[in-house]
Amino acid sequence: MSAVRTKKPKRKASAAKRGTSAKSKRIAGRPGEKQPDRETLVEVRNLKMHFPVTEGAFIPKVVAHVKAVDGVSFDIMRGETLGLVGESGCGKTTTGRCILQLEKATEGDIIYDGVNLNKLNLKQMRPLRQRIQVIFQDPYSSLNPRMKIGEIISEPMMVHKTEPDEAARNARVSELLSVCGLNPKFADRYPHEMSGGQRQRVGIARALSVKPEFIICDEAVSALDVSIQAQVINLLEDLRDEYNLTYLFIAHDLSVVRHLCHRVAVMYLGKMVELADCDELYDNPVHPYTQALLNAVPIPDPTIESKRKHQIIKGEIPSPINPPSGCVFHPRCPIAVEACKKNVPEFREIRPGHWAACSEI
Amino acid sequence: MVTTSEIAVEAQIEELADKPPLMSRIRDFGRRQPLGSVGLIIVLVMIFASVFATVLTPYDPEANAFEFMLTPPNFDYLMGTDQFGRDILTRIIYGARTALFVGFTAAFIGATVGLVLGVASAFFGGKFDLIFQRVMDVFMAFPLIILALAVVSIFGTGVQNVIIAITIPFIPRCARVVRSSALAIREIPYIDAARANGFSNSRIIMRHMVPNVMAPFLIMITAFVGQAILLEASLSYLGLGVQEPIPAWGLMLQGGAEEYVESAPWVAIWPGIAISLAVFGFNLFGDAVRDTLDPKLRSQ
Repeated sequence: MSAVRTKKPKRKASAAKRGTSAKSKRIAGRPGEKQPDRETLVEVRNLKMHFPVTEGAFIPKVVAHVKAVDGVSFDIMRGETLGLVGESGCGKTTTGRCILQLEKATEGDIIYDGVNLNKLNLKQMRPLRQRIQVIFQDPYSSLNPRMKIGEIISEPMMVHKTEPDEAARNARVSELLSVCGLNPKFADRYPHEMSGGQRQRVGIARALSVKPEFIICDEAVSALDVSIQAQVINLLEDLRDEYNLTYLFIAHDLSVVRHLCHRVAVMYLGKMVELADCDELYDNPVHPYTQALLNAVPIPDPTIESKRKHQIIKGEIPSPINPPSGCVFHPRCPIAVEACKKNVPEFREIRPGHWAACSEI
Repeated sequence: MVTTSEIAVEAQIEELADKPPLMSRIRDFGRRQPLGSVGLIIVLVMIFASVFATVLTPYDPEANAFEFMLTPPNFDYLMGTDQFGRDILTRIIYGARTALFVGFTAAFIGATVGLVLGVASAFFGGKFDLIFQRVMDVFMAFPLIILALAVVSIFGTGVQNVIIAITIPFIPRCARVVRSSALAIREIPYIDAARANGFSNSRIIMRHMVPNVMAPFLIMITAFVGQAILLEASLSYLGLGVQEPIPAWGLMLQGGAEEYVESAPWVAIWPGIAISLAVFGFNLFGDAVRDTLDPKLRSQ
């Protein structure tokens, strides 16, 4: 691990744990403030992804649907980092995969820079794929073990013809590797010769190779240990500022999200429960699920932590095959009333720029 | 997560360790796979014999010499001569050529076509996979020899048609095995990464999936060579394979077994031994390759 070089080691690992520093770097414009220079890059409208559950080997019969994503809407501004958080199985990864068109969404629109991705065929989608890149969670399985690092990074450039000349491609591979804090000599290595943190940097270099404007980070740091996590987060931050990138940052680590994101969206069981500016969400969460989620984060001070009252969510996350009626959170909600069992709460703007789906607030 | 990182670290250690010199690696293989080494030696002897056939024997494998008909084994003719006075050892050595040529060609073409079709079937999935696999089921329902017989009766005899006849039944067998490996590969994120980058289907199949299913492919190839040699001998024995006067073991067996089994048993015994040894050798070697490439079996 000591071989990992950070480009800017000035920020400490603790900065990533509790997102108190680097706030000045956040871009001032946020939705709700209606700044004229803020343009929407990605619009997700009523996105639904229902996976059929089939029975029968010869004549498959659809018996039910897993409602992985069930009516999610949000915007991502250009240059913004939107965090998408929630517990395992809440549909945050599926949302990312739908935007990438790795899954064909059941319903809804994904409008990227004015183009509805759900209406494109594979061929029409190809030029847009250069602009939308992805960084995967698991650095061990996201790189083809039979290809050298140089081949992995240069392949997208070759396919998208951004660098048709081989010598120029090799030069760019070296450049990208050093930008991502790796020795350019690594181009001749195979993935199994590298550590997890180094591989994740290769994944980032691959995503950057075709000069994208939007990167989906699907749990990009969850599989790394804490010290490497901080380095990779700093790298992502530096790259964002340098290349004016837009991120959709999917994660379950709330402190990482607070450090990196401008706005945060919280998902629960395929639905969006709350969406607000980062500080607003962390300081004044309104939805009971967000409150419980934030409350579950341990405080790194044992004396305070032991005295603190824990608000633990009762029960288990229900099955997305058969979600609860009305508000999906009502069986576990501390403030639920009888009406919550029937009425689906509207995702409404409670304060300017602060959206939540709860009828009791 | 932990297991993958452990594997990676192990791989790293293996990679960092100096590669042992060739001789000690051969000795290592001999110690770990004694039977496989015997198979490898048989295979190497066969390859050597077929490459240097012209140097190894002074006789012509196809020229008749009726004055020496059915000579029992002696110092001039180590394995005796057949009913046309041809030296049997010479024909065995040249027969290794035919056997290896048919065996390797059929196994390689059959397994390669099966590899691409199997990976494609797994990659596209859905209806294509379902229909394709049912077609494969139809082919698999016939025993190898029956299907080969059917193909020969359509295309006719001769070395080339024997190869086609043996290749066709191999394709579904390889495709099925490769497909199951490819199905697992398809779910690994690097395939998602390739799809998210808009790579063409053929690029994903050929560059990202095929190289990662090489282990089952190599196992299938080594198993197929032995089977192909046996099939070629069976077809030739039935008169549907290689035709006289080309030296082929199955053909020699057919000429000798029925008429001369009592008066000149050497005519049938030697090609029989050659077939058995060759198939035995390839099967032992194939098993050793499988044990070496399959980490699940390696520990046993």
